Parts: sequence; C-alpha cells; structure tokens
Amino acid sequence: MTSTSGGPSPTSASIERPTPAGGVGASSSRRSRARLGRLVGLAVFLVLAALPIFLAPYPISLAGRILAFALLVVSVDVLAGLTGLPSLGQIAYFGVGAYTGGLVAIHASDNAFVQLGAGVLVAALVAAVTGAVAVRASGIVFLMVTLAIGELTHKLADGLDAVGASNGLAGIPPITLYPGGEPLVLAGVTYWWVLLVFLIGFGVAATVSRSPLGRSMRGVREAEPRLAAIGQLSYATKLAAYVIAGAIAGAAGTAWTVQTRFISPGDLAFSVSAIALLSVVLGGAGTLWGPVIGAAVVVLIRDWVSGYVSGHGELLLGLLFIVAVYALPNGLAGVASGRLRRRRAAMAGAPVAGEGQP
Amino acid sequence: MSAGAMGETAKPMLQVVDLTLRYGALTAVDSVNLTVSAGSRHALIGPNGAGKSSLFAVLGGTIRATTGQILIDGEDVTAQNEVGRARRGLLRTFQHSSLFMGLSAVDNVRLAVERKEGSPLRPWPSRRRDRRVTERAEEFLETVGLTSRRDDIAESLSHGERRQLEVALVLACSPRLVLFDEPTAGMSAAETHRFAELVEALPSSVTTVIVEHDLDVVYRLAQRISVLAAGRLICEGTPDDVRADEAVNEAYLRAGRSEEPLFTDRPASLSVTRPDDEENEVPR
Amino acid sequence: MGWLDANLVSILNGLALGGLLFLIAVGLSLVFGTMDVLNLAHGAVSLAGAYVGVAVLSPSAGFGDFVVALLIAAALGLVLGAGLAAMTHMVSGHLRQALLTLGIALVAGDVLREIFGADVESVPAPLGLDGSIDVLGNAYPVYRLVVIGVAAVIALVLYLLLDRTQLGALVRATVADRGMVEALGVRSDLVLAGVFALGAALAAVGGLLAAPVLGAAPGLDDTILLLALVVVVVGGLGSVRGALMGALLVGQVQTVGVSLLPDQASFLLFGAMALVLLVKPRGLFPVQGVSGANP
Repeated sequence: MTSTSGGPSPTSASIERPTPAGGVGASSSRRSRARLGRLVGLAVFLVLAALPIFLAPYPISLAGRILAFALLVVSVDVLAGLTGLPSLGQIAYFGVGAYTGGLVAIHASDNAFVQLGAGVLVAALVAAVTGAVAVRASGIVFLMVTLAIGELTHKLADGLDAVGASNGLAGIPPITLYPGGEPLVLAGVTYWWVLLVFLIGFGVAATVSRSPLGRSMRGVREAEPRLAAIGQLSYATKLAAYVIAGAIAGAAGTAWTVQTRFISPGDLAFSVSAIALLSVVLGGAGTLWGPVIGAAVVVLIRDWVSGYVSGHGELLLGLLFIVAVYALPNGLAGVASGRLRRRRAAMAGAPVAGEGQP
Repeated sequence: MSAGAMGETAKPMLQVVDLTLRYGALTAVDSVNLTVSAGSRHALIGPNGAGKSSLFAVLGGTIRATTGQILIDGEDVTAQNEVGRARRGLLRTFQHSSLFMGLSAVDNVRLAVERKEGSPLRPWPSRRRDRRVTERAEEFLETVGLTSRRDDIAESLSHGERRQLEVALVLACSPRLVLFDEPTAGMSAAETHRFAELVEALPSSVTTVIVEHDLDVVYRLAQRISVLAAGRLICEGTPDDVRADEAVNEAYLRAGRSEEPLFTDRPASLSVTRPDDEENEVPR
Repeated sequence: MGWLDANLVSILNGLALGGLLFLIAVGLSLVFGTMDVLNLAHGAVSLAGAYVGVAVLSPSAGFGDFVVALLIAAALGLVLGAGLAAMTHMVSGHLRQALLTLGIALVAGDVLREIFGADVESVPAPLGLDGSIDVLGNAYPVYRLVVIGVAAVIALVLYLLLDRTQLGALVRATVADRGMVEALGVRSDLVLAGVFALGAALAAVGGLLAAPVLGAAPGLDDTILLLALVVVVVGGLGSVRGALMGALLVGQVQTVGVSLLPDQASFLLFGAMALVLLVKPRGLFPVQGVSGANP
C-alpha cells in the first residue's frame, strides 16, 4: 500500500508471518467482535438519546452541533477512508444542504422531513455534477480539485445576494415534524431530530460499507490498477462513492441549520474541511465509527478548551494535528482495537489507518 | 510454424499479428507474430532484455502497441484497454503480485467474483446473494489451496501464497486466456512444483501463455514455446524443436556468455546478429 | 497598438504576479516531485519571508538593506525547509503528511500573529525602486518590473542548475530512481532534504518580494498556499518548467479575474484549472513517474 516513490517497497520490507488467523476460530471471533460492536453501539445510542434529560440547553446544542459535524466527518471517511480519495471539499455539499434546508424553511415549508429531503437531493445532484469531473483525478490532484470545490462554494455563498451573501441566511424558522404540528423550539427536542438524522446518515454509510459497492470502494483504495485488470471500471465506483458522500454531507448540513437556525459563509471555511479530514485521521480512517469519535474530540478540544486559552484555537488545533500524526498512526480506532490493528498496520506499513469491517 | 494439432482444437484463441512496440528509436517488440491454440499452454522465453515483459504489457493492454494487431478468439482487441480486454476474458498476473494487499484473501477473490457474477455497484448488502458470492470465492480459494488462509490479509501471505491468490483471483474472472508473467520467480522448488500442478489442473477451456525463466517449468508445462530475443521472434515450436534449434542456443550463448544464461541475472547484450542467417538479422 | 495600450498594465501585473507565484510554487512542485511529500506549510514559509521584511526593513530602506533582507529570508527558508524535511521524513502517506504540515502551518500562523499582530503590515519597496517609469505611455511601478526581472533570472538559474550541473543531474536521478542513486552510495535523503530546503528558501524569498505588493497579514498564507497549489496542479507535478508555465498562466488569469469579477475572481481561476485538468489530467508538464496517486 505504501509505494511512494523513494519509500521502501512493500515487498522489500521484512514482513513476519503472524500466526494464521484462518479457519473456524477466526470467523467465530469475528462474529463475537461484531456482536460486541453492536452492543457497544446500542449503549452509545441510548446514552446519546438520553442526553437531553440530563444536560442543560447549551451543552445539548453543543452535542447537536457535534453530531452534525460528525456526520460531515463520516462523509469524508466514506471518500477518504473507504475509497482512498482524501477530500477537502465535502464542506461544499454540507453547505449546499445547509443553505437548501434554510431556504426551504424560509420560503417553502418548515417540515423537517421536507427540508432534509431537499437538502440531500440538491447536495447529491451537485455532488454528481462536480464529482463526474473530480473523480477523473486521483491523489494529490484530486485533493486539489476538492479543495477548489470547497473554496468556490465558500466564495459563492459569500457573494450571492440571494442567500444573504456575507451576512448569511438568518431568521430560519424552527422545524415541525408533521403538517400542522408544533414548531420545535426546545433544544432537547431539536437535538433528537438531529440525532435521528445522524443515525440515518451513519446507517447509510455503514450499509454501503458492507455492500458490494463498499467492497469495490475498498478495491479502489487498495489497488485501483488491479481492479482494472479484473475488468472493473473504477470510475463508476468512485463516482457512486462521491455522490453518496455528498448526500450524507448534505444531510449533515440540514441538521446543522435546523439547530443553529442560521447559516453563513463562515461555516463553509476551508478550516472546517481541514478539521474534518483531521478527525478522520485522528479517529481511524475507514472505520466510520472512529472518525465520529475523532470529530467529537476535535470539537470538544476546540470549543471547550479554547475557552481557557482564548484566541489560540488554531495553535491548539495545529498541535493536535501534529501530535495525532506522530502518536496515533492508526487513529483512535487503532488504539481501541489494540493488538489486531497494530499487527495489521505493521504488516501493511499503512499510513492511513484501519479498515472498515467487511 | 504450423499451429500444431496437439489433440485440442486448432482454433486460435490468441493471435498476435506483426506486433511492434517502439519507444522513439528503441524497438522493444519487433514485428512479433504469435498464434496460440485454444486450450493450449504456450510459453514465451528469451534472454533478459528480449522484450517479453514489454510484449506482455502490450498484450495485457497497459501499453498501446505502435503497430500490429491482437485478436482474442478472432475478435480484434487492439483498441481495447485493460478493462475491455479483461472483460473479454484476457486476464494476467503480474511480476510483482498485484493484489488488494490490505484485504483478506477471500475478500480479494470476492471482488473478482462479484465483478464477474454479481453486481459490484450495489450499495446495499443482500444476505443471500452475498453469501453466494462468498461461497464461490471460497471455491476458488480451495482450488488453489488457500482455504486455510481465507481470512488472512493478503500482505501477510508468503510470496508463493500471494501467487496462488493471484491465480484464484484470475480464475474467478472466468478467463479464456491467462497471461502468467514470470510466475515462479522467487519461488522455492516446492512452491514451483505446486504452482506447476495448479497450471496443469486448469480446465481445458483456459488458454495459457507463460513468460518464464525457469526452463524446467517451461518444458514441463508448455506444449509450444516461442523464443524472443532483442524484441524479435527467433524460434517457435514444440519444446524439442526449441531445444534443438541452433539459433536459440546462439542467442542464449551470446546473451549470457555462459552455458546457462537464464540462471544468471547479468544484463543481456542486444547483439544477436547471425551473419550466416540474413533473414533473421536484427537491425541495430 | 490600442489594445496593448489599454491592457499593458494588466499584462504586466499578470507577469509580476506570475513571477512571484513561480518563486513560491516551484519549491512546492519540486518537493512533491522529488519526495512525493505534500507540504501544506508552504504558504506559512512564504508569509514568514514576508514578515522578515516587516521586521527588518524601515520605510527608508535602501537597495542594500533589501538585499540583506532577502538573504535573511532565504536563510530562514533554508532552515525551515530542512526542518520540514526532517519532520515529514518519518511520516508516510499523503493524508498524514498533509495533516502534519497543516498542523505546522496553523501553529506557525498563530506564532506569527502573536509576534506581528493581526493587522496588515506593509513592507516598503526599496528606495530608488519605489517610483514608476513610463512604459509605452503608461506609468508603471518600477518595483514590479524588477520583480519580473528577478523571477526570470531565478528561473533561468534553476533551469541551468537542474539541467546543466552535476548537482542537478543528481537531483534528477534521485527523482527518477531513488534506489539506483542509493546503490551508487549517495544519501538520497540528504539530496531530497536539500531540495526541500531550497524550495522553502525560494518560497520565503518570494514572500518577501511579494510583500511590497501584497503586504503581510495573517490569512495571507492561506491565499498564497491556495494559489501555489493551483499553480502546481496546473503546471504539473515535479517540474520547474511546469511551475513556470503554471505560474504565468495563473498570474494572468488571476489578474484578469480580479479586474473583471472582483468578488468572484476565484471562479475564473478554478475554471481555468478545471479546463486544464480536463485536457491534461496531470497538468501541463508533469514529470514522468510522479503519478501523484495515493499510495
């Protein structure tokens, strides 16, 4: 996997053969790991759902914003971790979703489902159009193109009067869940909607990860030329991944707007893209759940701790980046999965950590 | 140079017509003609620098030929790229095993099976269909003898096992024509033997072309041999024909300056002129 | 002639910007081409060079003072480049490199802001070069003409260095086949660190040269980085010629864009980039063997 020109070639590294993990033992341990994972997931969901009972409005809204950001990070992981296409442009589709949701809320309907649907649809469409061009590139050029897409969307939002230009879109009404229903003004209730959106988005990502498309995506990540040599066009796979990621980011955007009731170009800044990508690496690329934890850690550090070190949020973040790269080669997911990951990473020399479970 | 009747059909699965690959002034492959009957095993040998790898790269579709034609089962695939040729049943293995290194053995083969028999772009899992794909993948693993390594990451496999996995991958694509690129390089005697058995056990529907340096393997497996030197075909025939051929012996002698140049890795000189045989004179 | 008259200033501005971008971006492209390292701290190095001007030059600075400042900036760049080379040496994979260098850039940005404040600082052009002269009927700042000249000279020197000297041959060989160079007994990592340092030095010098035109302020490093990345992508990874062509193109497009659509100049720029990539997906003059593809 690491074949940078000038780096050690994988075949020349001395790879010790670990004790074979084949056979019945392996699959049953995989099954029990999967069961443990499901239990942990359920526990986490219950804790998250119960938060509004215990927390005051401010922490709840912070939690909600973390969830929205975490869903954005999941969309980055779908591209960077699963498909091997690191992207600095997912914020664009987040923004498209957010602005679409806001505009629908102001001008059309305050129904949450309608806003979500519109945001996802428009974001997916924009992703399809931009992705068709973007995924023709790979590696660094792809990174650049996505950066350009992100920045352009940022500039567009800043300049377009129809969406409020640099002042952003304000006065977004609260959502309702059903026609004629009460607008949700309580932070806790809005949070539950956000949690629902997060679960749906994460569920989509997890489903795709376990699907044939997800395996094709990993094939692109591992050895795109080999995929061609068995007769598969990688373009379609990459584009599909891109559109799905864009849709998820769009959903995250609507979830954001629903809580903050305000969206401005500042929310689409390059730094957000960068932090999202960092969260993926911090959490463990490709695992989907690792980056979620990474997102939480990053936001908590930036929002919470920077309160104590006012004005130096960027410094902190930068230090976090540096430390994460050196200290956590496989991200937090790597730490959590301990031995197996370390062995795998040592064998593969993987720079990008972890993998989704098949 | 007849397309020998070896008991199988004489219908050619692979036809290479006047294939030439030029890099500016350098001619890597010079007007090579090759005919491989369906179901047969054909070997391509030659001293280092003879152009075998270049020829394979052109056959596989990763490099475009300068002139010439490639036909698979009568169909002209010269304009097809790698993906197109793979879909028409031309699969190849690579000198440095090309595998999905971070994925398990079964996942490697699953990708090929899915691509051939499933829907590789389906974005949701289907218990029944996915299980069938997995079972098929496991069958191929069993064919090559890797069942015990099913869940091991490809990177953790030994060299010989990676080759086996690559064969499983290729078989899963239901190939009509397989190009093996120096498959036994770096293998122990036992691994080489196992590999040769694998090739011998391939179904007769699969046509095989092997580039090899190990002459024992070549003589064991090949029904016909083509000898390449300095980009040109200097001999073709049965193993006995080739063994007896003077031109071949000279080519190897001149190339390696030893009795058995194939077993050294000294770079070959490219002068293979035989002043007494003008029609085979290689332009310098 | 009328057309030239009307657009001369714009063309010259484009050339000046292109020249500056070349100086800044060539290091980025070479580092990527030789070490396969994505260095997102490049903009910060440039900004540091600009701040050297802020720190060292007074409004009455003369030509000599300016040259001294340039040398200081170059030295600073060399040190920073070597440091970055060391830090990225152990980190493999574009993703992790990008994040490491991004972290460094953020830290550096914060440090610079602490030292120099958040306001836009101006750097004076050296006395004697701060006037304007008549170019075909238009008054044009002398300094910008000097910038064009300096960039052209440095481009020539770089070309000669890479193409005509032993050292240059060594660098090119290291790019082409690092293993072979190692087999010859050369410490390829030192060669590459040298390239990194040189690239950073050029970036710092470029930043300082740009300062009288662009000023020095927090956030400028992001702008510079973005433009440099576009230059590298358009020009092709790893080549000096590519960096030059890319820089000239980007310089012109950006200048035209700013005068046509001040708020949405980015569109023209990225549109041009998209156009180039559509036709030549690896840029105008990429170096063979540098795929830029992720490992």
